[in-house]
Amino acid sequence: MALFKLTLQELQDKFTSGEITAGEIARAYLLRISQVEPKIKAYISLTPREELLAHAQEIDDGLKAWRKTEPLMAMPLGIKDNICTKGMRTTCGSRMLEHFVPPYDATVMTKFNAQKPLILGKTNLDEFAMGSSTEHSAFGPSRNPWNQQHIPGGSSGGSAAAVAADQCVAALGSDTGGSIRQPAACCGVVGFKPTYGRVSRYGLVAFASSLDQIGPITKTVTDAAIMFNALVGYDPLDSTSAKRDFPDYTKSAKKKDIKKLVVGVPQEYFTEGLDPEVAEKIQDAIQVLEGMGGKIQEVTLPSTERAIATYYLIATAEASSNLARYDGVKYGFRAKESKELAEMYHSSRSQGFGPEVKRRIMLGTYALSAGYYDAYYAKAQAVRTMIQRDFDAVFQEVDLLVSPVMPSPAFRLGERLEDPLQMYLSDIYTIPASLAGLPAISLPCGLSAKGLPIGLQLMGRPFEENIVLRAAYAYEQATNWRSKRPTIRS
Amino acid sequence: MASISNNEVEHVAQLARLDLTEPEKTLFGEQLNQILTFVEQLQEVSTEGIPLTASVAEQKSVLREDLPHDGLSQEQALRNAPEANEGFFVVPKIIGK
Amino acid sequence: MTYEPVIGVEVHAQLQTQTKLFCSCPTSFGLPPNTQVCPVCLGLPGSLPVLNQRAVEMAVRTGLALHCELTLTNQFSRKNYFYPDLPKGYQISQYDLPICGPGWLEISVNGKRKRVRIMRAHLEEDAGKNVHEEGADDSHVDLNRAGTPLLEIVTEPDLYSSDEVDAYLKTLRDLLVYLDVCDGNMEQGSFRCEPNVSIRPKGHEALGTKVELKNINSFRYAKDALEYEISRQTEVLDEGGVVQQETRLWNVNKGQTAVMRSKEGAHDYRYFPDPDLLPVILDSELIEELEHTIPELPSVRLQRFMQDYRLSEYDAAILTDSKGLADYFECCVKLFPHPKTVSNWVTGELIRELNTSDTSPADAPMSPQRLAELLQLVDSGTVSLKAARELFSELYATGMSAEQLVKEKGLVQVSDEGQLGVIVDEVLVAHSAQVEQYHGGKEAVLGFLVGQVMKASKGKANPGKVNELLKRSLAP
Repeated sequence: MALFKLTLQELQDKFTSGEITAGEIARAYLLRISQVEPKIKAYISLTPREELLAHAQEIDDGLKAWRKTEPLMAMPLGIKDNICTKGMRTTCGSRMLEHFVPPYDATVMTKFNAQKPLILGKTNLDEFAMGSSTEHSAFGPSRNPWNQQHIPGGSSGGSAAAVAADQCVAALGSDTGGSIRQPAACCGVVGFKPTYGRVSRYGLVAFASSLDQIGPITKTVTDAAIMFNALVGYDPLDSTSAKRDFPDYTKSAKKKDIKKLVVGVPQEYFTEGLDPEVAEKIQDAIQVLEGMGGKIQEVTLPSTERAIATYYLIATAEASSNLARYDGVKYGFRAKESKELAEMYHSSRSQGFGPEVKRRIMLGTYALSAGYYDAYYAKAQAVRTMIQRDFDAVFQEVDLLVSPVMPSPAFRLGERLEDPLQMYLSDIYTIPASLAGLPAISLPCGLSAKGLPIGLQLMGRPFEENIVLRAAYAYEQATNWRSKRPTIRS
Repeated sequence: MASISNNEVEHVAQLARLDLTEPEKTLFGEQLNQILTFVEQLQEVSTEGIPLTASVAEQKSVLREDLPHDGLSQEQALRNAPEANEGFFVVPKIIGK
Repeated sequence: MTYEPVIGVEVHAQLQTQTKLFCSCPTSFGLPPNTQVCPVCLGLPGSLPVLNQRAVEMAVRTGLALHCELTLTNQFSRKNYFYPDLPKGYQISQYDLPICGPGWLEISVNGKRKRVRIMRAHLEEDAGKNVHEEGADDSHVDLNRAGTPLLEIVTEPDLYSSDEVDAYLKTLRDLLVYLDVCDGNMEQGSFRCEPNVSIRPKGHEALGTKVELKNINSFRYAKDALEYEISRQTEVLDEGGVVQQETRLWNVNKGQTAVMRSKEGAHDYRYFPDPDLLPVILDSELIEELEHTIPELPSVRLQRFMQDYRLSEYDAAILTDSKGLADYFECCVKLFPHPKTVSNWVTGELIRELNTSDTSPADAPMSPQRLAELLQLVDSGTVSLKAARELFSELYATGMSAEQLVKEKGLVQVSDEGQLGVIVDEVLVAHSAQVEQYHGGKEAVLGFLVGQVMKASKGKANPGKVNELLKRSLAP
């Protein structure tokens, strides 16, 4: 089997056993990327060939000397381009940061680099992670490897497409309202959003600070656990990161049953607007979960219908402030020939940001402005509490919640570009877990009649990633969806 | 029903330091109205006595010791600057405040 | 009509921490531009703030000293506005939940005591600096100062004259210096004040339209600017005009205030809780611990100096004007327990030398121990008062031991009766005419004789002793 088809776990085994070298891995992926990337456009920047090979050589040379490996050593990874990489440009999919080269590493990169992985490049995203399709990237959209006429999802669409198209073995994404889970579902891979606070946000370019979380996009649940092991942990540089112990998550991906686990089915997630084809696949999945010993229980989360409105007020309010730093003074795009400061601000921001970012900045600015704060932003904060309480109550009875990831399979490129509200509405199933900060995973549970992947979502209690991973692994092992791979025609 | 006037669109754009073209003003105006009408539903929710959630992070009082660490060099600080001179960031002249 | 000014004051005090409020960059000043910066205070994408514990402690100690209600769960908010010296496009400040709530500070104006109500005090980060050269087409931005911790202390509109404002500012400044939270330097901007003033017809309750004043960087300017502004507003009203709500800048050269920003130009700051920073909980243990670290405050110390040391209010006020001087005094009194004498020397000679050399008491080359030693020598008669005064400058500047210097200079006073007796006898023999006059009842002659003995001893004789010996020798 071609190297690039292996999972992270398999590749790790072969490398650790000495069967393959870092150099071979690097060359295999360079070749794969050169063949597939023109069609998929998963990356914004690629590590230069010579640099990557030199790095691989360094790993191989080092190995001969001390013969010690780390889980991610020599593993070829893609990094979403809103995670700061020292010395490697970090664009956030925006004109604004087209030439921005961070002088520092995000904490997750510092953790990764200690294990000497092969960073293949920076993956595409909707500008500043605002979007569900990568169509809002200033560098053009990525394509769904299953059908290039369709979106790969977003905002971490580049990462999901790269994993699905075997252009990296695993990738990092970020999730604010579904930006890891939804593209993973679109591309038929695993996307895992940890509990808010589990993974440091230091160095993740902020979209909405109270919602953003970094997480892995992988081929299997076990791979997600391996990646998560490398990411998790308290960071003194992030005040919101959790001071908690954590287990070895690969141990969660071992059991093939979910005996004694109660799985809740929230009725609000199965209403009109859900594509019947998707509904059917989810029902099938629920039966599988039951078959593995899970106790299925219908539950209700009454505030679900308010989640989208709540989310779009909170996220845009925070974003309007987070994006104020892009003013053309210290870094980033500056419009030419501005004679005075105010003009420079206006021109730089108007030319540097794309329409979706501007729209959200406008909405968020409005929601925070004098006279509207209480009606919009404060109201949304209160409803956020209600949504959180819904989950708290339900998790008294169940260990997990099962739901679709998105109402339909990946839509066609351009289909919803003109209608932002329609685009927002498709985030209905991923947003509640974001608002409550819950861990949630998206994993493949079937293909539509048109051959597009459908995703299953499992949500757990805060900091119980181990239970989420355990159930996801058991489901994955009980089905065969992970073996279905897209064929990318030349 | 929520409605944002043309003037408000302009005011918000000014607050956010964005220049909008006339077609953009119209388009954003319409789209914002659509979105605001949608979020208006929150007014139906009774939130009396419900505390506000600004963050779901569980801990409080995250404090750092007052110990200095090295930061960036001047060269690193200015490397991404659109314009720099003699160690300073340079901006066009400021008229009023 | 007679008007009464009503004044409130905002003070921004720079806290003396080692590092900035939200990052570990040093707070040192005067360094090349953009060298005390990191991803956080430059506002680089992805960077996050982490709060400085020491700044919180300083704010709590100040709050306790100002009798403030502490906000046990306080919160940082973002104040959104654009300016080149504000790297994130927002300032992290406190809004609805400031760390210190209502409190008060007692001031004394022309001998009358008065409580000024404090509305609140909150922590916030400072901005960088824009440098603009006259005539240039661009401005330069230095972000070294960006992120330095400030405590903003706001009064209620409780002050009714520029004298009261002056007293308030000085009392607050002394307090902050006493607490070791701020160096209180107004010229260098570590203690900045922004008064707001309105006037109303005397006897009326309702407040007039207030005007905020900026660009005031000395106590003198605060007074001048307020007096100018009060008369300007009086003139406006007297001419039937209306005072505009606005911010005005003090122009030192013109001695006038001028409009900087009108109310219409006021910002919509869109404050909201900073999601990158979690609420700060002040637990009772911490507060109690910090309470113990608060030194005796100036007003309390002044009272104690008057009572315990029996000093006049005038002297006590001078001594407690700065913590350093009061500490110096007390240290000296411990070694030489004659408070009045020590006070005379400290408020006289010592202050003169401190002022001349522009030195703080703590840095004075002459330690309190050295001063006590000198006073001891005077007291024991080893050195004359006159000689001690003459030597003071040199002792101060060199920090030398008085005993050593007096010996080196041969200024040790002769008090030995044997030595002096010889001189006295010689003088009496040489001036028999005066001796007769003395015996004839002209006692004033004694002074002449003392002078002769002093002369003969080259000034080293102890005048008291000489007096005593002469009287004894002349006794019938």
